[in-house]
Amino acid sequence: MVTAVEVQGVTKDFRLSHERSLKERVVATVRGRRTTEEFRALDDVDLTVASGESVALLGFNGSGKSTLLKVVSGVMRPDRGRVRVRGRVAGLIEVGAGFHPDLTGRENVFMNGAILGMDERQVTQRFDDIVAFSEIERFIDTEVKHYSSGMFLRLAFAVAVHSDPDVFLIDEILAVGDEPFQRKCLDRVRALSGEGRTLVVVSHDLDMVAGLCTRGVLLERGRLVADGPSHEVVRRMREG
Amino acid sequence: MSATALVEPGRGRGLLDVLDRRFLLRLLVKKELRVRYRGSALGMLWSYVKPATQFLAFYLALGVFLELNRGTEDYAVYLFSGIVVINYFGEGFGNATRSVVGNAPLVKKVYLPRELFPAASVWVSAVHLLPQVLVLLVGAVGFGWRPDLGAVVAAVLAFVMVTLLALGLGMLAGAVNVLFRDAENLVDLVIMLATWVSPVLYTWDRVAAVLPGWVFTLYQLNPLTVAVELSHRAFWWPATSREAALPPHLLWTGLLGLGVSVLVVLVGQLVFRRLEGRFAQEL
Repeated sequence: MVTAVEVQGVTKDFRLSHERSLKERVVATVRGRRTTEEFRALDDVDLTVASGESVALLGFNGSGKSTLLKVVSGVMRPDRGRVRVRGRVAGLIEVGAGFHPDLTGRENVFMNGAILGMDERQVTQRFDDIVAFSEIERFIDTEVKHYSSGMFLRLAFAVAVHSDPDVFLIDEILAVGDEPFQRKCLDRVRALSGEGRTLVVVSHDLDMVAGLCTRGVLLERGRLVADGPSHEVVRRMREG
Repeated sequence: MSATALVEPGRGRGLLDVLDRRFLLRLLVKKELRVRYRGSALGMLWSYVKPATQFLAFYLALGVFLELNRGTEDYAVYLFSGIVVINYFGEGFGNATRSVVGNAPLVKKVYLPRELFPAASVWVSAVHLLPQVLVLLVGAVGFGWRPDLGAVVAAVLAFVMVTLLALGLGMLAGAVNVLFRDAENLVDLVIMLATWVSPVLYTWDRVAAVLPGWVFTLYQLNPLTVAVELSHRAFWWPATSREAALPPHLLWTGLLGLGVSVLVVLVGQLVFRRLEGRFAQEL
């Protein structure tokens, strides 16, 4: 079994500073108020994901799911512990992060493809597939600011699923678009999983992720509290 | 796919990774230029109109009316060849300082070598430098400029020096700016002063006449000062009667300035990497 993602003893704290300016800090110190507040988002988390596995990260709001994805993608660094990944990781962490409203759909496809790690040849090769998947051929040369939010997300998702990563991190994006498009996205993600790609999915749609992923991992206030077949973990979560 | 090793995500090789992501770098530059000139009929043409008007104004107001041409031969060319350097530095450094904060949505959501942002800013300012240099060349030729080997060497050396300096300082200030937005105000101040601490409006020999020798050596260690002097050597001096004295050991001070710029890039990279881990949560 080849390891795709390895998380060892990862802890992540957020320091929420209330005051930033010198004046505010001086005032706070004089009054004996604390200027920062610590918040532990991840607490000594261990997780190993094998290559080709599909894992659902479960938990209520603020349990640390998204932070875990960010640490795995490299956007954030853990304060303690170590994260290692094998191959190229692409995050669908809020799709369309790199979209610019003043660029056309076509330009954004290239831009977003490059951001997700594709080179020029790869984007050019897959361009037609991406546009076909998004079903917005007619508007591909229109500036993205004129798009409806649905169209925007379709295009962003289409680029992401064609970016061909080894490890796919998905955060709450399967809620995009209308139902037929959602189904199409889900099929595409299933197909990627079937090709042996590793999936790590965060979603609040418990039945959907339980069906999509074989393994479930439950987080509670930053701690990993359950790890097992996805349906069982979902049941445990519902029972509280 | 399992041929690759397990690696820690989010820890790249800094500026070296930027070289691997040239495609993305090019797109970022293109985006920046597109966005800057959107909805404008003249578009990039503006970057020719502005310096050309500026040059004409200098020639008339300062050279002819204020008679600065008497003290310094071809004063308009002298002034403009320095200003071009300062403009390039100021735009590159200033935009690089704002680049990380300006790309917050990307920095927070996707891992990229973040050095891409300051690098793209400096590249954009290089694109804007080109029309200014063309206007300068046309002006210089009008005053009798003929190229020689020294001019070419000086121009290339000055360009490389300022590019590295703007990139290095831009990475440093861009990283600090994520934590303290004071950085961009401080940088604006530095850029404003840049015109005055280098021999842009005055000539180097006035400084040498006033300052003690060792202070003048310090003055000459500023890569921006050397770059301005090299630009004079490249674009102004060959247009004059070539009687004006150039700063001593210009080639050597040039190479020294290059060394200082390289050092600044290394320090900038070091600070950038030190602070990079906090970017996503601080923005």
